[in-house]
Amino acid sequence: MSEAVAEPQVRKAPRASLGSPEGDDVFGVFDPKVARRFFAYLGPHRKSFLIAQVAVLFSAASQLSLPLLIGQVVSAALRHQTERFHGLLVAFAVAGATFSAAFFVGEWLSQRLANRVIFDVRRAMFAHFQDVSLSFMDKTHVGRLMSRLQGDVGSLQEFLENTTGSVGDFVMLIGIAAMLLAMDLQLGLLTLMVLPALIAIRAVWLPFSKRAFRLARDASSNANSALAENINGVRTVQETRREHLNYELYAEKAQDNFKAQAGAAWMGQIMVPTVDALTGVAMALVIVVGGDAVLSGRIDVGVMVAFVLYVQRFFDPVRMLSMQYTIMQRAMAAAHRIFEVLDVPVTITDKPGAPALTAEAPTVEFRNVTFGYDPARPILHDVSFKVRPREVVALVGPTGSGKTSIIALTHRFYEVDAGQVLVGGEDVRDVTLDSLGRTIGMVLQEPFLFTGTIEENIRYNTVGATREAVVAAAKAVSAHDFIMRLPEGYDTKLGQRGRNISVGQRQLVSFARALVADPQILILDEATANIDSFTEQAIQKALKVLFEGRTCMVIAHRLGTIRDADRIIVLNQGRILEQGGHDELMASGGLYRHLYTSAHASFDDQVVAATGDAEFASRS
Amino acid sequence: MPRVLARIAGLAMRYPWRVGLTILTSLLAAVASLMLPRLIGRSIDQAHHLLAAGSANSDAAQAALLWTAGLVIAATLARGFLTMWAGYLGEYLSQKVALDLRRAYFQQLQRLSFGFHDKIHSGDLITRGMLDLEGTRAFIQGAMVPALSLTLLIGFAAWMMISADPVMAAIGLGFTPIAGVALARMGFRLRVTWLRVQQLMSILTLTMEENLQGIRVVRAFAGRAFELGKFDAASQEVLEHQYRRITLRFRGVAWMQASYYASLGALLWYGGTKVLDGRMTVGGLTSFVIYMSLLQAPIRQVAMIFNAMARATSSGGRLFEVLDLKPEIADRPGATALVAPQGVLRFEHVGFRYDAGGKQVLSDISFEVRPGRTLGVVGPPGSGKSTIANLIPRFYDVSEGRITIDGIDIRDVTLASLREYVGLVQQEAFLFDASVGHNVAYADPWAEDERIVGAAKTAQIHEHIASLPADYETRVGERGVALSGGQRQRMSIARGVVPGPGIMIFDDSTAAIDAVTERRVRENLSHATATKATVIIAHRLSSLMHADEIIVLDDGRIVERGDHASLVAAGGTYAELFELQSRTTSGELEAAE
Repeated sequence: MSEAVAEPQVRKAPRASLGSPEGDDVFGVFDPKVARRFFAYLGPHRKSFLIAQVAVLFSAASQLSLPLLIGQVVSAALRHQTERFHGLLVAFAVAGATFSAAFFVGEWLSQRLANRVIFDVRRAMFAHFQDVSLSFMDKTHVGRLMSRLQGDVGSLQEFLENTTGSVGDFVMLIGIAAMLLAMDLQLGLLTLMVLPALIAIRAVWLPFSKRAFRLARDASSNANSALAENINGVRTVQETRREHLNYELYAEKAQDNFKAQAGAAWMGQIMVPTVDALTGVAMALVIVVGGDAVLSGRIDVGVMVAFVLYVQRFFDPVRMLSMQYTIMQRAMAAAHRIFEVLDVPVTITDKPGAPALTAEAPTVEFRNVTFGYDPARPILHDVSFKVRPREVVALVGPTGSGKTSIIALTHRFYEVDAGQVLVGGEDVRDVTLDSLGRTIGMVLQEPFLFTGTIEENIRYNTVGATREAVVAAAKAVSAHDFIMRLPEGYDTKLGQRGRNISVGQRQLVSFARALVADPQILILDEATANIDSFTEQAIQKALKVLFEGRTCMVIAHRLGTIRDADRIIVLNQGRILEQGGHDELMASGGLYRHLYTSAHASFDDQVVAATGDAEFASRS
Repeated sequence: MPRVLARIAGLAMRYPWRVGLTILTSLLAAVASLMLPRLIGRSIDQAHHLLAAGSANSDAAQAALLWTAGLVIAATLARGFLTMWAGYLGEYLSQKVALDLRRAYFQQLQRLSFGFHDKIHSGDLITRGMLDLEGTRAFIQGAMVPALSLTLLIGFAAWMMISADPVMAAIGLGFTPIAGVALARMGFRLRVTWLRVQQLMSILTLTMEENLQGIRVVRAFAGRAFELGKFDAASQEVLEHQYRRITLRFRGVAWMQASYYASLGALLWYGGTKVLDGRMTVGGLTSFVIYMSLLQAPIRQVAMIFNAMARATSSGGRLFEVLDLKPEIADRPGATALVAPQGVLRFEHVGFRYDAGGKQVLSDISFEVRPGRTLGVVGPPGSGKSTIANLIPRFYDVSEGRITIDGIDIRDVTLASLREYVGLVQQEAFLFDASVGHNVAYADPWAEDERIVGAAKTAQIHEHIASLPADYETRVGERGVALSGGQRQRMSIARGVVPGPGIMIFDDSTAAIDAVTERRVRENLSHATATKATVIIAHRLSSLMHADEIIVLDDGRIVERGDHASLVAAGGTYAELFELQSRTTSGELEAAE
């Protein structure tokens, strides 16, 4: 056992790591094109956006008038102008009420709007994921897509929620400056001098603060990725007693995160005394210079009061605006990534005015098809064959021989590079994707089950299927018995990815799903292994039911399935090597016969060995 | 205050010095802040009185003004530094608590047994560890500390105002009860809505995630419209609750603001009248107005505080729910390390059910596996095969009977020593997003290179690894090279072999490996485990037909037992199965012979 535990001081570093965070940058630069596209999402909600803006202007204006009114009230009181005093009080009440109401309307509307727009953006992305080619989806990790849909969208939301407020802040800033200058030019100019000082200090501070923020974000994504990995692999962790080591690895990341967060906090707080001190300086200026002006009778006491009140809130909008600037940079980076996703071209789409497929004779035909995920390295070379109505064709061949590409092309998951794929006599590019999808049913090698009940999984999007139809399908594919043995039968909730039923049983559920959809053409990628013999029997029976009365193309791995087929197409390196019935192929003495006589559980592996695939051959 | 919040506050109290310092700096910041109204009021009076007195002794006046101005700068500077310290300390404290929570959560998840992990979605656990933990932390920084400094500020301001003029103070602070009621109502309803938003959000997340993971099924069934429908339904509901939350929040804020301005207006009227009557100086009124303006900023903050409280109540609840669970399987007090000189595994009348009162998964299972011997276990899905495997390293505990190693009940020894002694290779091989070497060495990261390579050779995966771009350094998993099902299983066998356990269990761990390779793996393993007790669970009979004893399970009971020959001769389930497999995959069995 692990003797290494003996001497912890001298032991070498373990061969161990935890987590793999993403390295997206947090801050972006302002890009007018991105901004314009982003604001286009506001288009449909133009009216509420405008109302929100007007409300914000009202709230800024009323807020701006308050210190002035207070100053006037004070002056009026001092001068014993009772009437004016009361009039000003009424004006104050009106301004206060206006502010409260306008503030509510502005914030309420813009926050609602932010949420609305964010949902539109998220929906656009989600819908786009339904349309982009599978090659894009294949090579992009789900976690990354999710961080587009969640994290980046969240950054945009934060930005949007504050946008209207920033307009208000901007108006406030200009307004306060204007008020100060209007009330007393000299004193106004003098107090405004602190503003450039603040801006200069902020400019020095900003890069440091950004760096600290970036560090903090990276550290937290480090720690979170480690946590996520340990949760996903928790069973293995416990099996291999890695708890202690993994905790050590994690604790280090958590500690780093703590340090980075504290550093960012420090950077955030360090500006507070600067702003406060500058406010103090401005106030002191008002006191000394303003007080002097009052003494000399140049300005009124009320004006000085108003000055103090303005100066006091002078820095709020500056602070808010610069915060919003940082938020904007984050939003820019996020928007950039979002549009990157939205700009992934949808290569496979309906032709304008494409009719629905009406496959009266459900045939599948490949005419001189050449195809490769990377066009420079074709996987299929000039492949031609035809599947007649209600014929069952087995596709056989080693990994990489092109079987999977053939079924993917039939469903138009990808576009051919040359040649034509015809379903029911129509080129798949000339009919709608939706009708193609309803004509062709597909059972994948690895059954994917959704969170929900067994019944919901069998029905999937055949929404019209009744409970009876679901049960009938399950019975037909021999899934009914095991389903009834589950605690709540068809209403049993499946765990994460159907964890609570066996792989073979998941396969049966996916068969039932295909049966309920009742497609004219069925494409089936048989599971290679992992099926126990008991379920295997049920599956073989189920396949016969599924094949009944349908045109079928099966990527077959089991001899039983292959023998049941009307015709067998043997593929090798993207070409059809031979085809025909079982007896015919046996008689011809080709590759098929060789495979069959030295048959193995999985047809594939044997073919691989027989064709001398480097990787596998090196083993024997 | 809900108990959850009290508990979060309690976590912060583990750092009494820092909490004390935070309170102190907040208090001093409030004091410094509240110096300003008086100073400014005084300066205005100075200016005004001198003006009124007409004695334009400008030198004395300017000296007085300068003095006041200096004090104002000093006060703002002090306020700035103290606020900074208070803010930093608050955030530091919250991060300290977050660090404690992170560590505790991570350890707790590692401690909680399979029974817990079976029932909860891993995404849910990740959300709790990320978002809910952040929500809990944010309570300290965003609610606890600000609420504290706010209380200090308002309390101190109230005292200053009352000592200056009780009636004015009463008018000025008149808005607080109204604001308080508005807040309390908002706080409660906000909490409920917030909780709902979070629940709905996680449904939406799940919908999106599953769609992306199952995108091939979606495409295959032309499920675009259906999936968009699901998305719209989920997101519409989130949106509606977000709207509700926004309305609640800003209605509360608007009421607070309106009541504040009402108070300020009343104050101006009353104070202004006093000034009119000459019963109050203009500076006195101004200082009250400035007191009020210092109270205005907190109004915005209060809404944020309540928001943070609402979030923390639900987040903290979800986090503590996990942290408070007692691991079902843990060391008994006084458990000792397993010392098994021989390594004889015995099941004695073992019965098992996952939940008390639930379905009986295993009943009366007894067998013995001696060192160097192999037990085969076969049976239909759901017959309890994997359960047997998972009981041996105590991933679950038996409900009846007992399991012993060299006569010692496995519940009497420490989990660590037991799991070190028992090696289990599972059917579904989980590979980490790390290099091949890291994955193979997972159970013993300090193993010598030769052991790693040896294990990989035993599992017939070395040659494949050697052909990878960076051999043992090649990254596998989600962001690395893809491995086939059989390759993954061989990797996990190699991983199981590295630590050289005393008892080996293979839970259907060769199902995806082709028969020829499997046979080689098994031969290699039989050398490696020649002196060890081995349990092989499989549905492919060729995997276990050479076992010294084979038990056939059905519905959790042993229905047949014996060696291959006797079972075939007996003509029962096993014989039937053997016949079936010979027919469908005759070649496979031949190859295995």
